[in-house]
Amino acid sequence: MDITLIENVLFATVRTATPLLLVALGAMMSERAGVLNLGQEGMVLMGAAVAFMASYVTSHMGLGVLAGAFAGMLVSVLFAFVALNLMANQVATGLALTIFGTGLSAFIGADYVGYSMIGLAPVELPLLSSIPLIGKALFAQDVLVYLAFGLFGLLWWVMRGTRLGLIIRSVGENPEASHALGYPVLKIRYVAVLFGGAMAGLAGAYLSLAYTPMWSEGIAAGRGWIALALVVFASWRITRVLLGAWLFGFASILHLLLQGSGYSISPNLLAMLPYVVTIVVLVMMQRKHGQSDAPRSLGQPFSSSR
Amino acid sequence: MKLSKLKSVIGLAALVFAGALAAEPLKVGFVYVSPIGDAGWTYMHEKGRLQVAEEFGDKIDTSFVESVAEGADAERVIRKMAQSGYDLIFTTSFGYMNPTLKAAKRFPKVTFEHATGYKKAKNVGNYMTRDYEARYLAGMVAGAMSQTNVLGYVGAFPIPEVVRGINAYMLGAQQMNPDITMKVIWVNTWHDPAREREAAESLMLQGADVLAMHTDSPAVIQAAEANGKYATGFNSDMSAYGPNSHLTSAMQHWDSIYRTKIKAVLDGSWKPTSVWDGLKQGANGISPIHPRVPADVVAKVEQHKAQIIAGERSVFQGPVMNQKGEVKVAKGASLTDSELLKFGWYVKGVEGQIPQ
Repeated sequence: MDITLIENVLFATVRTATPLLLVALGAMMSERAGVLNLGQEGMVLMGAAVAFMASYVTSHMGLGVLAGAFAGMLVSVLFAFVALNLMANQVATGLALTIFGTGLSAFIGADYVGYSMIGLAPVELPLLSSIPLIGKALFAQDVLVYLAFGLFGLLWWVMRGTRLGLIIRSVGENPEASHALGYPVLKIRYVAVLFGGAMAGLAGAYLSLAYTPMWSEGIAAGRGWIALALVVFASWRITRVLLGAWLFGFASILHLLLQGSGYSISPNLLAMLPYVVTIVVLVMMQRKHGQSDAPRSLGQPFSSSR
Repeated sequence: MKLSKLKSVIGLAALVFAGALAAEPLKVGFVYVSPIGDAGWTYMHEKGRLQVAEEFGDKIDTSFVESVAEGADAERVIRKMAQSGYDLIFTTSFGYMNPTLKAAKRFPKVTFEHATGYKKAKNVGNYMTRDYEARYLAGMVAGAMSQTNVLGYVGAFPIPEVVRGINAYMLGAQQMNPDITMKVIWVNTWHDPAREREAAESLMLQGADVLAMHTDSPAVIQAAEANGKYATGFNSDMSAYGPNSHLTSAMQHWDSIYRTKIKAVLDGSWKPTSVWDGLKQGANGISPIHPRVPADVVAKVEQHKAQIIAGERSVFQGPVMNQKGEVKVAKGASLTDSELLKFGWYVKGVEGQIPQ
């Protein structure tokens, strides 16, 4: 293993992990507020399709990114209305949103299949990007990767030490008590769900603008679901979400590298590697640092008029 | 919805109406597995359909259904087509095989043709192209352009069809560069652009400087472009995805097969056959080669293409050795079609093992 190879593997790891990280952070926030949205995959696909279309039509990457985030948010409004106002079953509503987003993105994106774009280019930060081993992975990425880092930092700070973070958690743990204290439970949940939608849309934009600059049907290929599982195994803790996403990305690259180096392990077994490694590590951490349960009101509708 | 789509719908409706008044044209239906789009597998079938529709004029009347999932959905769509008076139905994906056979049982008067499958019935034939011939030519270009003497290949699943393409590509590359080796990475999916890209990046990390793929998306071409390496495409011309990286694409031209099959049904000579056409019949070819490729390389590729068409050369003509260096095809011999359909070993120079 020479140093360049390690640098490149870490670089690829961060890129592979970015869409997962974006979705997982959004899903984590809405779950922390007590809302379980299984519509992630549908929102990612909508974000990817709309981001690509907007960039293609306007030739403007920034607009594409915004449009992608907005598209994810827009379909999450549907979920919020049905699950929060009409108090429908959140699991069923989320599944419906995934089916809806998958179909709608295929429909609106059909005319854009087969077009290519120059994707978002990496921006090398001077000095920082030349740090050995980690410089390339952390400081020679594209803008969306930096944005994901920034959002991680912001959310870490919010959940860690602000009043807002406490309120979000209390709404997820005990909405009745929060309501009694005068917090607008539904509003907070709405904002959390919409934020999750925007994050999933951003993840989609990353896929169709930076990672593989194209649109094709089902481009997310299950990454929305993987992110949902990540949140659970990270026991709703933000640093573990980041760790889990990076682990998964690393193991994904590793399994492909192992194949290329001609080891005679079945690729079907190797393909399990990312899942197994991520789950095992996160579960072991949970054991070590004590149980951390799901937000207590996760998935339960709340009505203030009870 | 583009205007052109609307136009074609109106045009189709008009055609159907006009057809009812004029002599009965042969109704030909196509079932597609993905959206038509602008590149790839289904796009090439659609190109074929448009070509024969133009050539046969008012003798036939064609239409299609796109994005039909393999499985129960497919059977429903195929049955519905047969019910609504179609005389000849082309089903264009491997996974349509059993749905096609089931529908054919219920509609014995309708003729069915299934692409890439291996089963036949009284009213079901099958067809595919010898895409490995085009891959051989693309491999020649790849072998000539590699500096590191390592090629990288992204495969979907380790099935004979893909293994055949890998071997053909390698034999082509060896024509230009006897020292060439090739790494293969399986992604276990036909379509996951991000995974295909990761596989391409991994291959380049391990020294590959010309990439090929047997998957459905152009992600590999994009990955090569981003890393200043080369790649060859598949199905349709993928040069748009890598103006600097794309050397050529192994192409499929379905119109020649569609022409033959439709003609047979029109003149009543149709029989359930397995058609496997290649360069000779114009069912395969390569897209224009990148101007950066030296003229003598292009000339040699053209020469081999002409020899294959003339029957003076075949891709798997002996001596062909397996990875251990054992001669599997003797000098003067070649692999038969049934051996090609069961391909389960790598030729010399390909690294790794075929997953069992």
